[in-house]
Amino acid sequence: MNDRKPLGQQRTMETAAPNRNKKGNPKPAKLSRDVQARLGQQLRAMYDEVVNQGVPDRFSDLLNRINGGNKDKQ
Amino acid sequence: MDDSVRKAVLAAVPSLRAFAISLCGNVDRADDLVQETLLRALANIDSFQPGTNMSAWLFTILRNHFRSEYRKRRREVEDGEGHYAETLKSQPDQIGQVEFREFREALAQLPADQREALVLVGASGFSYEEAAHICGCAVGTIKSRVNRARTRLAELMGIESAEEFGPDQQTRAVLASGE
Repeated sequence: MNDRKPLGQQRTMETAAPNRNKKGNPKPAKLSRDVQARLGQQLRAMYDEVVNQGVPDRFSDLLNRINGGNKDKQ
Repeated sequence: MDDSVRKAVLAAVPSLRAFAISLCGNVDRADDLVQETLLRALANIDSFQPGTNMSAWLFTILRNHFRSEYRKRRREVEDGEGHYAETLKSQPDQIGQVEFREFREALAQLPADQREALVLVGASGFSYEEAAHICGCAVGTIKSRVNRARTRLAELMGIESAEEFGPDQQTRAVLASGE
């Protein structure tokens, strides 16, 4: 019955199970724009971290090899 | 191989890797997946229609190859987080370290269908239509997967409102108590 806890209390030990799985709760929470924006920001940050690594030699070498084999064998 | 084709393939590699890592959860396996994707793509380069989106074409090959070959092996290698940590040495300043880690763990827990839809639309920059094409499903299916992915992520991270993305102090307390 008393499942509305103040914010601070949700952060205490007994409620901090990482997986607050709402099994049996059919109501799909409608996320606010702020939350969506924040999730999107994190997703892109993670993705871009890899993108910003550029093309590892392994792949440019591979393409050069194939290119050399197909076209101008040296 | 046409030089312009080679350049287009090369230009797609960074994004292919990022997508592959999100699928595999492991950098080494992701790079193998990208390599196999490139070899397949180049072996079938004649089936690429010039003028269409090279990146989407490569993503489709990678995704299908992952589905047929990699997914069944996934459970055998579940040390993705460690590898992630190695790859991701830095992070944007505006995101707390704890929160960022929580995010990656939550993302890894999403069902594969939802995760790939979310990444394609939310990070790779594909339209819903392109993502549907890549995943071989209806546009509406992609939309609903993306929505469910977001909701589930928020649940996993215990977020219901933006305020709960609290200062690092708060998230650190949550994490500490979970360990």
